[in-house]
Amino acid sequence: MGERPVVVAGAVSGLALVLDEPLSLWGGLDPVTGTIIDQHHPQTGQSVTGKVLVLPSGRGSSGGSSVLAESVRAGVGPAAVILAVPDPILVVGGVVLAELYPDQAIPIVVADPSTFADLRTGATVSIDENGRISGS
Amino acid sequence: MSVSLSSAEQAILEGSDGEGSALAMRIVVALGEVLGAENLLPISGAHVDGCLFVGQASLDFAERLVMAGARVSVPTTLNISSLDLLHPELFRGADATAASARQLMVAYEALGCTPTWTCAPYQLANRPTFGDHVAWGESNAIVFANSVLGARTNRYGDLIDICAAVTGRVPNAGLHRTELRRGQAVFDVAGLPERLLEEDILFPLLGLHVGAATGDQVPVVVGLPGADEDQLKAFGASAATSGSVGLFHAVGITPEAPDLATALHGRPAEGRSEVTLADLRRARDQINGSPDAVLGAVSVGTPHYSLRQIEELVRLLAGRSVHESVRFYMSTGRDTLSEAEAAGWVSQLEANGVQPVADTCTYVTPIIDGAAGTVMTDSAKWAYYAPGNIGVAVAFGSVADCVESAVTGRMVFDGSLWDG
Repeated sequence: MGERPVVVAGAVSGLALVLDEPLSLWGGLDPVTGTIIDQHHPQTGQSVTGKVLVLPSGRGSSGGSSVLAESVRAGVGPAAVILAVPDPILVVGGVVLAELYPDQAIPIVVADPSTFADLRTGATVSIDENGRISGS
Repeated sequence: MSVSLSSAEQAILEGSDGEGSALAMRIVVALGEVLGAENLLPISGAHVDGCLFVGQASLDFAERLVMAGARVSVPTTLNISSLDLLHPELFRGADATAASARQLMVAYEALGCTPTWTCAPYQLANRPTFGDHVAWGESNAIVFANSVLGARTNRYGDLIDICAAVTGRVPNAGLHRTELRRGQAVFDVAGLPERLLEEDILFPLLGLHVGAATGDQVPVVVGLPGADEDQLKAFGASAATSGSVGLFHAVGITPEAPDLATALHGRPAEGRSEVTLADLRRARDQINGSPDAVLGAVSVGTPHYSLRQIEELVRLLAGRSVHESVRFYMSTGRDTLSEAEAAGWVSQLEANGVQPVADTCTYVTPIIDGAAGTVMTDSAKWAYYAPGNIGVAVAFGSVADCVESAVTGRMVFDGSLWDG
């Protein structure tokens, strides 16, 4: 896997929040507060605001694209999203965010498996314009 | 660009149909590229999930499309909104939220969508048939279209659904492709008690278990003696709640699974497991959070009740009344509600103490009164999402348990199914 699909390009660095389980953003993330509200998720109650959100995949209800776009518009969303697989709901949320509010666009990238496996909650992660992911 | 476009599609992208269609095409193509699609496919219809208000961004996007002159190019139904237009007095939220939610509904109608306001578009008069390519949003509708109707849709969400409806195109990827509709993980239920296999309550719980255990694989259920559409609806809704299931096969029941070998496309399964009574008890206990608490309300109809389910509720409540301390809500689509009205069932249910809810659902918008107590439901999906969405404690039981509890004013469960 030499490729690193970049869904939305952008350079950012921030603290990683690696989700232990897939999350449905709709019903799982409060777009007003940026908090995980899925009571069945192991990281319920944690904030995604300003984090590099690392997701194994999406889950559940199909209404999550607006939730991602709205949380970022409202200033409580993640700073970037790193996916293990190209989840369509998050991809569309990121693309629409960039269309509607170009100044608030966040990078969305799909990591190769070995890079993905090395990401740890609390570590600083940087993404460059080419989608290259590096830790510190 | 990895997605190869026809000259007509390229023209739309370049603005031949106006900026609204071009914007929609940009998003469809962006998704196609991420999914590695070689080309786009024409669709025969769409079901749009984006009409539920989740914040300013959802409204900004719909209004951007309207202002840019976009219109749907295929017949398009609308999912639930945040408001019940038939019973507007039920909304207990802020006026500003109601105004924005209404504005969003108006925008989607302006785009040419049909105001069906239901999460169960497969219960409408016109529904897709076997082999049709469609773009459906709403996870329970998606899994029903693929699994029960044999139509083909990916798990589209809000925003992309309207883009597909406007362009009439979707990426040729995922569940649109025959080879990716192959069953992968086999769940054998033959070892479950015979009586449980006949009961409605099996299906939402089996769905929760299978959804959580299968991840994003295509599950195949073997050993079911039979299942009607309402049972398959409950199974799919649950599996798409606890997992990412967009398609399942039930051997001998769903159209792409006349037998196990066909469901697996003649190849060995990736996984096989026996479903036990303990698995289902665990699924039940996960969502039956407060079985000993004070009952405040009952909510049934997630996904929207079918006519047959309404008839069953009428039968269970005949000659009885909901206890004065309990509120009872039944959600359904406005089309189904009007059929039930014609049959005389709605006035009967109202006389029994049931409040019908249309156009929306009680776990996505503030409607439920009496939520100081626990809310009991026959829907695993409702029980899963309501605590996070509307901050209530929940209990889960069969529709018969829900009625018995509502009438007596305290929670009652038929435990006999779970022994052994």
